[in-house]
Amino acid sequence: MRLSEHSYRTVSAVRGPLLFLNRVFQARLGELVNITAPDGRALTGEVLKLSADQVLVQVFGGTHGLDTKTTTVRFSDAVMRAPLGPGCLGRVFDGSFRPRDELPMFVPEKSMPVTGAPINPVARAHPEEFIETGFSAIDGLSTLIKGQKLPIFSCAGLPAREMTDQLLRQSRLPDGGPFVLVFVALGLTHFEYQFYRQTLAHMQSRFVAFINLADDPVVERLLAPRLALTVAEELAFQQEMDVLVIMTDMTNYCDALREISTAREELPGRRGYPGHMYSDLASLYERAGRIHNRKGSITLLPTVTMPEDDITHPISDLTGYITEGQIVLSRELHQKGIYPPVDVLPSLSRLMQYGIGKEQTRQDHRELANRLYRNYAKGCDLRRLEAVVGRDGMLAEDRHLLDFADAFESDFVHQGETRRSMTETLDTAVLLLEKFCEVAK
Amino acid sequence: MDGKVISISGATVRVDLPDLKIGDRVFVGQDRLTGEVVRLEGETATVQVFEENRGLGIGEPVQSAHSPLTVQLGPGLLGGIFDGLQRPLRRLKEIGGDFIASGLAPSALDFEQPWIFRPSSQTGAKLLRGATLGCVREGHLEHLLPLTEEGTLATLTEGEIRLDQPIASLEEGPSVLPWHSWPVRRARPFKRKLSPETPLITGQRCLDFLFPLLKGGVAVVPGGFGTGKTVLEQTIAKFADVDVVVYVGCGERGNEMAGLLDEFAELEDPLTKRPLMERTIIVANTSNMPVAARESSIFTAVTMAEYYRDMGLDVLFLADSLSRWAEALREISAALEEMPGEDGYPTYLGSRLSGFIERAGVVETLGGAVGSLSMILAVSPPGGDFAEPVTQACLRVAGAFYMLDTRLAHRRHFPAINWKQSYSLYGGVAKDHFVGKHPHWTELQARCTDILQREDALREVAEVVGMEGLQDRDRLLMRTAEQIRLDFLCQNSFTDDAYATPDMTIVHIARLIAEHDQILSALDQGKILDELLKEIKDAAL
Ligand SMILES: Nc1ncnc2c1ncn2[C@@H]1O[C@H](COP(=O)(O)OP(=O)(O)OP(=O)(O)O)[C@@H](O)[C@H]1O
Ligand SMILES: [Mg+2]
Repeated sequence: MRLSEHSYRTVSAVRGPLLFLNRVFQARLGELVNITAPDGRALTGEVLKLSADQVLVQVFGGTHGLDTKTTTVRFSDAVMRAPLGPGCLGRVFDGSFRPRDELPMFVPEKSMPVTGAPINPVARAHPEEFIETGFSAIDGLSTLIKGQKLPIFSCAGLPAREMTDQLLRQSRLPDGGPFVLVFVALGLTHFEYQFYRQTLAHMQSRFVAFINLADDPVVERLLAPRLALTVAEELAFQQEMDVLVIMTDMTNYCDALREISTAREELPGRRGYPGHMYSDLASLYERAGRIHNRKGSITLLPTVTMPEDDITHPISDLTGYITEGQIVLSRELHQKGIYPPVDVLPSLSRLMQYGIGKEQTRQDHRELANRLYRNYAKGCDLRRLEAVVGRDGMLAEDRHLLDFADAFESDFVHQGETRRSMTETLDTAVLLLEKFCEVAK
Repeated sequence: MDGKVISISGATVRVDLPDLKIGDRVFVGQDRLTGEVVRLEGETATVQVFEENRGLGIGEPVQSAHSPLTVQLGPGLLGGIFDGLQRPLRRLKEIGGDFIASGLAPSALDFEQPWIFRPSSQTGAKLLRGATLGCVREGHLEHLLPLTEEGTLATLTEGEIRLDQPIASLEEGPSVLPWHSWPVRRARPFKRKLSPETPLITGQRCLDFLFPLLKGGVAVVPGGFGTGKTVLEQTIAKFADVDVVVYVGCGERGNEMAGLLDEFAELEDPLTKRPLMERTIIVANTSNMPVAARESSIFTAVTMAEYYRDMGLDVLFLADSLSRWAEALREISAALEEMPGEDGYPTYLGSRLSGFIERAGVVETLGGAVGSLSMILAVSPPGGDFAEPVTQACLRVAGAFYMLDTRLAHRRHFPAINWKQSYSLYGGVAKDHFVGKHPHWTELQARCTDILQREDALREVAEVVGMEGLQDRDRLLMRTAEQIRLDFLCQNSFTDDAYATPDMTIVHIARLIAEHDQILSALDQGKILDELLKEIKDAAL
């Protein structure tokens, strides 16, 4: 163990976000380094790789302006840690945990390594209480459960931002207990940031936000979610709060991962994304959960914009392989003017069955959800037939199902700006099914 | 003798420590992290570290364990949950807390727990390796304790024992402990392989009836995300008619492992009526646990499975998912800068995989009993596309292929087994077995397949002319096919229907087909389908 910090001016190469140093004495894997650029700018970095004569450092905050002669690198003898304390509530930070809201940095009470440690599977408590999002399509048919990770799969041009904004403002616990939102925005445009800023301004202190803007350093896009999750773990498992982490947009995260992987000259996998992307995404998503004998919980709602609307694209594919279900948005519904444009057929909350029913939501919830789903699925199938043989060539019963599918979209899925409570959602379902009772048995 | 760390790149570490062998276990750094030697070059070795190694520095000490990566085998493994290195996760939680820390190494077996030993051999007996000394009772079964080397018994105890006390000694000298360790990457020996003959009843109608598996056989279950691999594996783990189940959560979700533990703690084994957990061993290396330990997890698990097979038991090995194992292999290979093959997987993926799958089978054990090890392996093809190396490599060695279909899953048809593309090479052997009890088995199977096939052709016609345009006979076939699909092939795992015995299965399908034939002959007599169906409906009310 070294006892003091070491300083070096032995940078031999700078490549993309990477810095190569020679003749470093006893560096450690994952060690945090502080870098001073020739113009005095302060940066941080992390040791990725080391051998007897060379150390490879990944720089957070862009290597622009660094040189090989005068850049100084200080080794801190510590791994990257996130500062923690109640002062972070109600604040907006950037991807390196610097205040973005023009207020001074809060006084940390402690710090924790940003990578976290895996929850021992036997310590995990199985998720079983629901969170009310205010969207009928989600609450009614793909209920979000505390401790779950449930992504929203969107396409370019769909109102994922509006939905995220509403989720920030409208998510509630059924018992109204303390609830904190951790908002992570990756690669956000300034325009979008203005939009979210207004929302955050109205949220008082029940949030922590990490905003990485589109022109912020790419490496910070990888750091911001880890900082956010470290804060979430503190709030959930030490302060016993229920935390909802909203992460947007994971597509930007994965693109950053690809960019840095390329700079490291790693072997590219499918569509150029690195082979370890599954493990990397899992190291974020798996931090959601509940723990036996601890009160809080971390629930994770990442948004993914599927490139080319393709659900088999590596980003959505690997996300789907790690998360516990998915909420899928549909271009077709959006074009019909349905908001939120949730396509309930491919959407699924795998933990729903544990969080609904008599004790949790309402006794008839499961039955209602099944009936809505079944009849809507039939109706959608019949739309294809209708396109071929025409409405008149169809059985009366089938025409009725077609009407049901339309009504389901316009009365149940569509709700515009209004928030619906769980009871309102279920009542809407009852009403709809009563109206179509002959078919919707 | 100690060596030193000379370079570090993620979990791949170079050390200068002489006299190592490939596969040797080493302890790396001040925290003594477990690693395995994967490459030797002169005086230096490359080591894959199995634990989180952030904070490791150049120059830290390295020690050899002078043995390969091993697991402990002895009484008390049943009911346990381990990580990919066989560290007991419950114990790890007691000493390390709710989050997994590096550098802790609690032992898999409990050396404090007393067992009652009942010898079945005598002093003076000349015994071969693998011979049975006696047994202890572990849960529902007689746990046979084997001799791990050959010799003449000098002493043999009886009654209460603990695992750290010898139960016997040999005239040749060594004393014999009731446990031993075994290298995970070496298959345990047996006398000879036999061919699988008995069906393994999964309780899934679709599988047992259309694509049966045999004890000692291997099935692969590929499917895109959300197609039901995990639910299927866990349901089979509950109901399969075997003595021991080894379940590996390989690179999958923590919540699923928690769910499995909770559920298995409450459920009972349908055969023995004892807690289900008593016949189960879980190996959990979730997706966020170290990648190298994920790679070793399936070997850790299969070695424990073989150990119970060697007692003459039927063991079922379930892995979810083998793709995550293959990806771990790929990550390790990439870190070693090996030449990549298809999709970046190392070129030895196929041989490594078949070497592993070959550990399944029916064997005559060294002790002379017959034991079986069956495997059901989930595969998660990227993008749900089956033309990828892992699925293809599995297909070459597996005897049954249960293809899960994303379209069926989206319609909530579960288990989403595609009945057209799935197959079982064990069908012939299984049939011989079933026909003895159910003479119509083969005929019904053929009828069922035929109806489902004809439905496809008819559906195409119906898409053009509408159901109205079909003849009564064809509409009847569509109706029966729908019933077979929704009522017979679908089986919701979360209801009482989750499990069906072969008797129930055959009665079920026979009833559907008999009704079909009945209506068909009525149609032949000139009756109208809609009226017939209405009669049936009214009768049901
Ligand atoms: N036999 C079944 N009965 C009822 N529901 C099922 C069944 N199989 C799957 N499901 C439903 O499908 C969901 C997804 O299943 P599962 O978790 O097994 O998928 P998977 O193939 O393991 O996906 P992944 O690759 O992402 O792990 C379940 O949460 C459940 O809602
Ligand atoms: Mg699964």
